[in-house]
Amino acid sequence: MTEPFVSRGFRGRRQPGATAARLPPGQYETPDFPVLSAGPTPRTPLATWDFLLRGADGPVARWAWDEFAALPHESVTVDIHCVTKWSKLDTMWEGVSVDALLAAAAARGVKPSPYVLALSDGGYTTNLPLADVTGGKAWVAVKFGGAPLAPEHGGPARLLVPHLYFWKSAKWLRQLRFMEHDEAGFWESFGYHNYGDPWREQRYSGDP
Amino acid sequence: MNGEALRLDGNAAGGILSEVFVPDVTAARATCASCGAMGEMGALLVYATGMGMVIRCPSCDAVVLRIARPRKQLWLDLTGVKCVVIP
Amino acid sequence: MSSVIAATPEPGSAPSQRAAIAWRLATVVDVVTETPRARTLLLDVPGWPGHRAGQHVDVRLTADDGYQAERSYSIASAPEDPRIALTVLRLDDGEVSPYLNDVLRSGDRLELRGPIGGYFVWNVSLGGPLLLVAGGSGVVPLMAMLRHRAAAPGMANMPARHAVPARLLYSARRWEDVFYRAELTRLAEADGTLEVAFTLTDEAPPGWTGFGRRIDRMMLAEVAWPPAERPHVFVCGPTPMVEAVAATLVELGHDPARVKTERFGPTGGS
Repeated sequence: MTEPFVSRGFRGRRQPGATAARLPPGQYETPDFPVLSAGPTPRTPLATWDFLLRGADGPVARWAWDEFAALPHESVTVDIHCVTKWSKLDTMWEGVSVDALLAAAAARGVKPSPYVLALSDGGYTTNLPLADVTGGKAWVAVKFGGAPLAPEHGGPARLLVPHLYFWKSAKWLRQLRFMEHDEAGFWESFGYHNYGDPWREQRYSGDP
Repeated sequence: MNGEALRLDGNAAGGILSEVFVPDVTAARATCASCGAMGEMGALLVYATGMGMVIRCPSCDAVVLRIARPRKQLWLDLTGVKCVVIP
Repeated sequence: MSSVIAATPEPGSAPSQRAAIAWRLATVVDVVTETPRARTLLLDVPGWPGHRAGQHVDVRLTADDGYQAERSYSIASAPEDPRIALTVLRLDDGEVSPYLNDVLRSGDRLELRGPIGGYFVWNVSLGGPLLLVAGGSGVVPLMAMLRHRAAAPGMANMPARHAVPARLLYSARRWEDVFYRAELTRLAEADGTLEVAFTLTDEAPPGWTGFGRRIDRMMLAEVAWPPAERPHVFVCGPTPMVEAVAATLVELGHDPARVKTERFGPTGGS
């Protein structure tokens, strides 16, 4: 049996460092914020932008941009982990927690269901259990690093769910749809893990 | 810099597609299932996301092909393509 | 939703069928410094099936813990050349190009597969006229086309290239960033049917008489053949430049089917 080929002197980008303990298995820290897009950047004007929470049985809560801006916002500093192995520590965001959105939507008859499907401009989708977007675990973010979220990073608004791999933090978010049954999103239906916990390294479907 | 500045031509998928198709497909012709536009596979727009390649129609931006390699298996989604004629 | 899972090829499949797929171990035979930030690797590739000008290879690096990085590089050499040449621009924040520029040396082995790509290719039998537009390291596959054009055998007493007039418009930041400077100058001087125009976007040497700005509509209108000549056009470089040039050529009346593009991504290298 031949030894697999090794490129002499190649080490790649990974570096162990002081922050190693904060990195999930297999990740490396990056100072950049890589832009990885599955399509052209959507450019929905704020005048026509809206955000929906849709209950499984029909009711819809809808906010236009200025209505969304009037909801309670909070600032959070979190680490984010991409399944392509880069992690970015201490990222600063501002947005509306999904808990606050649910509270506001209750008044319009929207009741949550066990599963959520996030839908974005451009057709991207990702699915999550309700328990992973409530209890202070998720936001609809409109600012990054103190400035309005840039289109290439998902602006005007994106989902932010830092405890899961970052493909779950859907860019260009337009709707959270509650569902009685789980429905696999864009990557979950194409080889990637349905849940995506970076601390258990759940990258691909079939990972324990 | 946005996603469009990162995109590539269909040629960029030539290597990974050569693991599935024996003849070179970048010169083959594909029809977009969404808008019906037909062109060479090499002229499709490739978004190399790191998680996989999302390949779109240059006329209507619909997803024509997806390629991913989780766990060294190769996943290929051809639902956006109506027919491919390999010359 | 139907997705297909395809396995890697069967071990018993015919060698000719697997030729385009197989990863091969090339040996670095020589390295040539092109510019302060780029060099050409000359490679011996066992079992190389031959290639067409414009094609590329995928290069794969493996660290001792199994970590791998893969990138595509255009082949700079003509199909007629004895060695495969790859010209690599070093990106300071790149993962693969610093290794290929700083660490790799003669005698080392490099894993690659190819040739890849039947879309962005040209050979003399396709005819001309030939218009090549390069942005930065995008000149690499176009150089393979020009080298092929210079080397291709012709008919009777006439070299093949006389039947195919060619023009290269090459945009670079500074004169020192231009790849193949001496060779391009020599080729253009020796061959009346080849014209090479440079445009330097950041800084020009004293006495510079070439273009000194980003490629724009006026420059393309001046350099390109009239659309009625139906040139074969190949545009290669950073994605934004390629898209702007291709769109402008179509606006000027060139047939979109004759304008082939090879986008290199944001910076033209990695």
